[in-house]
Amino acid sequence: MPSVSMTVNGKPVSGEVEGRTLLVQFLREHLGLTGTHVGCDTSQCGACTVHVNGEAVKSCTFLALMAEGADIVTVEGLAAGDELHPMQEAFRQNHGLQCGFCTPGMIMAGVALANRNGAPSEHETREWLEGNFCRCTGYHNIVKSIMAGARAMSGQS
Amino acid sequence: MYEFTYHRATSLDDAQAKLSAGDDATLIAGGMTLIPTLKQRLAMPSDVVDLAGVRDLTALGDTGSAIAIGAMCTHDKVANSDIVKAQIPALAELAGLIGDPMVRNRGTIGGSVANNDPAADYPAALLALGATVVTTSREIAADDFFTGMFETALEEGEIIREIHFPKPKRAAYSKFPNPASRYAIVGVFVAEMQDEVRVAVTGAAASVFRHAEMEQALSGNFSADAIGGMKGDAGQMNSDIHASAEYRAHLVGVMARRAVAAIA
Repeated sequence: MPSVSMTVNGKPVSGEVEGRTLLVQFLREHLGLTGTHVGCDTSQCGACTVHVNGEAVKSCTFLALMAEGADIVTVEGLAAGDELHPMQEAFRQNHGLQCGFCTPGMIMAGVALANRNGAPSEHETREWLEGNFCRCTGYHNIVKSIMAGARAMSGQS
Repeated sequence: MYEFTYHRATSLDDAQAKLSAGDDATLIAGGMTLIPTLKQRLAMPSDVVDLAGVRDLTALGDTGSAIAIGAMCTHDKVANSDIVKAQIPALAELAGLIGDPMVRNRGTIGGSVANNDPAADYPAALLALGATVVTTSREIAADDFFTGMFETALEEGEIIREIHFPKPKRAAYSKFPNPASRYAIVGVFVAEMQDEVRVAVTGAAASVFRHAEMEQALSGNFSADAIGGMKGDAGQMNSDIHASAEYRAHLVGVMARRAVAAIA
């Protein structure tokens, strides 16, 4: 089987995978990083969102071998020890989740938005979430969380 | 997914060699269509050749009369390119309407064009702007490129290098998206070029097509009123759970008038 090497949450990792192994399978089943979820497995719901070389992608629609040499960040890679990442803290403060299944994808999408736009409007935030589905919250608190998280990340309170 | 062998090409020559070496090899660009297709076992390639490592496919530049976009440029890159936004803003807007942010970070213009999905957005831009598809062996006019549903003029082993979009005097794209997938139920791209007006319709029929009657009317009078009563031919329109043929025919007129009104 071919082998693949990449950096995941700052650590070099490698493994043997099939051509058809998805990045999300590699993360969850080979590395045990089960924070990244598989929701729809059809590139619609966004629960599997991770960052590849700084950009948000759907890891269910990405072959593990395509990530050769790439820098991957998953939701497990955000917190600094016991201290939550500002986006995670914003979800906690704003009750941005109910069942929590979509939350890893929402947080990774939110961080990607904040990296581009430190003060997204409500409209910009809702448009950005076109590819992230939540079936519990009705999105209101997710949108509030991401707007607050983006401000916190850029040093605004 | 059925099993396949994955290859990473380092150059176009390498990609073509790997394509011809496989029993039934296929190219992968961003994979936004191919990977779901493989998951559904609707395709069973022996080999998948990744173009991501071919560096000269990601250029984007201004040639003077046209904008040249490399086949591996993502939708996100086109949507946010200062060159495209300044020279053909309608094209940047179109790219920003595809899928969602994560899909736009991966999906490429070359992949979209080569796939020729009847509901894809880019084919409308190519056809309306009179673009040229530059491949490993030749240049193909958009008018000759899109030959049918998921069918193009590309030959076996021929790879798209870049797309050249002539700069219009003015252009606009109006789309009625499927609310879930963001694919076009109907999308109309209207372009006033240096010497003609071109109107291309996607999503409505088996493949993207030009609307000759609208082009003629707009050439004499570039206003939404000039195409007031016009629509699509319901006999040629797609019909599915999202929209009937009659509704799509109606939307062709509405989207065309919105596009014209935006720039008239």
